[in-house]
Amino acid sequence: MGNRILVATRKGLFLLDRKGTWGKEVWSIASTSFLGSPVTMAFSDSRDGSLYAALNLGHFASKLHHSSDNGKTWQERTVPVYPPQPEYLPKPENEFAKVAPWSLVQIWALESDGGESPGGLWAGTIPGGLFHSSDGAQSWQMSRTLWDRPERNQWFGGGYDYPGIHSICVDPRDARHITVGVSCGGAWSTQDRGGTWACTAKGMRAEFMPPDRQYDPNIQDPHRLVQCQEYPDVMWVQHHNGIFRSTDRALSWNEIADVQPSAFGFAVAVHPKDPNTAWFVPAIKDECRVPVNGKVVVTRTRNGGQSFEVLDSGLPQESSYHLVYRHCLDVDASGNQLVMGSTTGGLWISANQGDTWEMISQNLPPVYCARFVGS
Amino acid sequence: MPKVLFTRHLQRFVDCPPSEVAGNTVRSALETVFAQNPRLRGYVLDDQDRLRQHVVIFVNGEAVHDREKLSDAVEESSEVFVMQALSGG
Repeated sequence: MGNRILVATRKGLFLLDRKGTWGKEVWSIASTSFLGSPVTMAFSDSRDGSLYAALNLGHFASKLHHSSDNGKTWQERTVPVYPPQPEYLPKPENEFAKVAPWSLVQIWALESDGGESPGGLWAGTIPGGLFHSSDGAQSWQMSRTLWDRPERNQWFGGGYDYPGIHSICVDPRDARHITVGVSCGGAWSTQDRGGTWACTAKGMRAEFMPPDRQYDPNIQDPHRLVQCQEYPDVMWVQHHNGIFRSTDRALSWNEIADVQPSAFGFAVAVHPKDPNTAWFVPAIKDECRVPVNGKVVVTRTRNGGQSFEVLDSGLPQESSYHLVYRHCLDVDASGNQLVMGSTTGGLWISANQGDTWEMISQNLPPVYCARFVGS
Repeated sequence: MPKVLFTRHLQRFVDCPPSEVAGNTVRSALETVFAQNPRLRGYVLDDQDRLRQHVVIFVNGEAVHDREKLSDAVEESSEVFVMQALSGG
């Protein structure tokens, strides 16, 4: 069971520890870092215990910090830097999209590269970049093969001005196989560690596009993409307008319809050992991003999406307007423990796969990322 | 020599005391500062070496005109202020 949680928020990074006291285990905030500054992503490297925190300082842009002493002290490391921008940039093929600058706006994803060496990292960024570091963020190399794909010119921002990579799934069987989620640019996969890429969002459906373009793989908005660790052929997506599942490593996707109380949301977590078990946090719909009927619930399927249970024990059930962003629902390596953080500063833990929840705080800043250390 | 000063807000994140440096443009004066303090560059300039969108520089009280190349002239007695723009929130 995970005993430590990283909670990145709009106003700082919080580390929570679980400690036993006379037989009762209690979660509490063990340390606070970067108080007052937006922390857009946090990552713990299980290979050496390092922590990474990505900040977005607004005026002074994105920064990346590293800690080798569990967050007691931090040192600034290097952020990914975009290559020299050509003098002429083509207009995006979708008229409503903005021309993306060749300059880092935000680090939106940080993951292990799946290798044995500590500090081997992938970073997903806005606008639309994927970067690799082999030295713990002291230097970065952009995956130009993805950045230079002509299809990137059809991508557009979803929630942000520019498109971005928010999900990076490295196949535990073969670290050369990587699938990334792009809002809005579908899902893209490589079998050769970024040598070549293919758009792998066949079957996804975009309600926000005209009818003849709704199944265009390259403009889909997968809010979050996750992969089952023991059965990596199975991947789940919480999409802008629905839930999708793949059983063939993202080659094709099936929509799971009629999910109550709603199929709209941002977050999804999949059980690390059971590909049929996944959790979601529904909101009403795109135009109204609050819980249905003011009740915070988690939906859980145990049969690959054939049916869903609505879990609400311990969660606010009256006049509640929490929204759970894409990086704010996580399951630990055992598959039993879940953490969930909200835009309204709520943080909940479940020790029994979501059957019951315990509120850890309702007073945090808006949560951008909540994840178990070592998960 | 021109004097370069940074907003107190920036000093929260990176050490950047006032300094007097050689240079006859905003760019050359800043480059001298960055040579002494490389970490500071990424706080002020973007990946393409342009002034960050939400940073503004004043020379003797007047905002610089050339935000890309920073070619605005500075003189021996100039004061160059690097500030955060209110557009950044």
